[in-house]
Amino acid sequence: MSETTVETGEKPTFYLTEDHHPENSTNLGFWLYLMSDCLIFAVLFATHAVLGRNYAAGPSPADLFDLPLVAVNTAMLLFSSITYGFAMLQMERNAKAETLFWLGVTGIFGAIFLALELYEFYHLIHEGAGPTRSAFLSSFFTLVGTHGLHVTFGIIWLITLMAQVSRHGLIPENRRRLMCLSMFWHFLDVVWIGVFSFVYLMGVL
Amino acid sequence: MSSQAPAHEDAQEAHHGHSHGHEAGHGTFRSYVTGFILSVILTAIPFWLVMAGVFESRLVTAALVMGFGAIQIVVHMIYFLHMNTKSEGGWTMLALIFTLLLVAIALAGSLWVMHHLNVNMMPMSPEMMKNMP
Repeated sequence: MSETTVETGEKPTFYLTEDHHPENSTNLGFWLYLMSDCLIFAVLFATHAVLGRNYAAGPSPADLFDLPLVAVNTAMLLFSSITYGFAMLQMERNAKAETLFWLGVTGIFGAIFLALELYEFYHLIHEGAGPTRSAFLSSFFTLVGTHGLHVTFGIIWLITLMAQVSRHGLIPENRRRLMCLSMFWHFLDVVWIGVFSFVYLMGVL
Repeated sequence: MSSQAPAHEDAQEAHHGHSHGHEAGHGTFRSYVTGFILSVILTAIPFWLVMAGVFESRLVTAALVMGFGAIQIVVHMIYFLHMNTKSEGGWTMLALIFTLLLVAIALAGSLWVMHHLNVNMMPMSPEMMKNMP
């Protein structure tokens, strides 16, 4: 059968066409890193689920948490998510100045989020509700602190990339890096959904 | 044979279209704004439920808060992280499903084991608790 195909000079056609393989698998690799990060957070969530009601006769979430502050915090992270989306859209349009502008806005929202969280931590510790007070507070500080640490590194990464883009422009390397940070940043927002739902809102119930 | 030639060309066209879409990145202005508006609504409702104390039952409120959280996570996955079954040949979705399985085992397993541990602990009298280290 195939011989006749060759004789007529026709190209052989295949029923099974293979999927397109991307030239570099950075996106997949970074996604796998995010999934491993997701497991870290899952374990911290599990710890908080187990210890979250062990107050050791200390303050409970209803005494400590300031929900309006948490709502503002959530809004900051949500705003930073969409402004990062706008930065990615400008990057696709090859608009360097606009990309830098939206990255800057994202960084500012991220910094406000971090400042509010640090204020909350300072306030709690000042009230005597530090991480050593009870099992509930230990797991709370570990979970929320780990998320805050991720946001801190995200902001450092963001500033680094802003310097890179302003110096070298939107070259393919910088586009790849911006894509990775985009996934990282949106992933942190996803984790925060779990934090405000499970830790704060369920806590004060 | 000749009838298959157009199909092959179509496949190549789709092939090309995919690689182009991949290079151009994902998401449009409209999809980001849609995701944002949905997220705002899905965030506002649980905060309102808890802060205004809409339901008497704690169980109903807790279930609704977790339900809205889960929906919002899916919204973020689709509109911000651009998850689909096609990207990277389906490997990102497979990794996500495997991770969700591990997360479910870790969460459910921890709660189950620790709940039984608590139930089976020797009950403490207030005097014993006072003299604890």
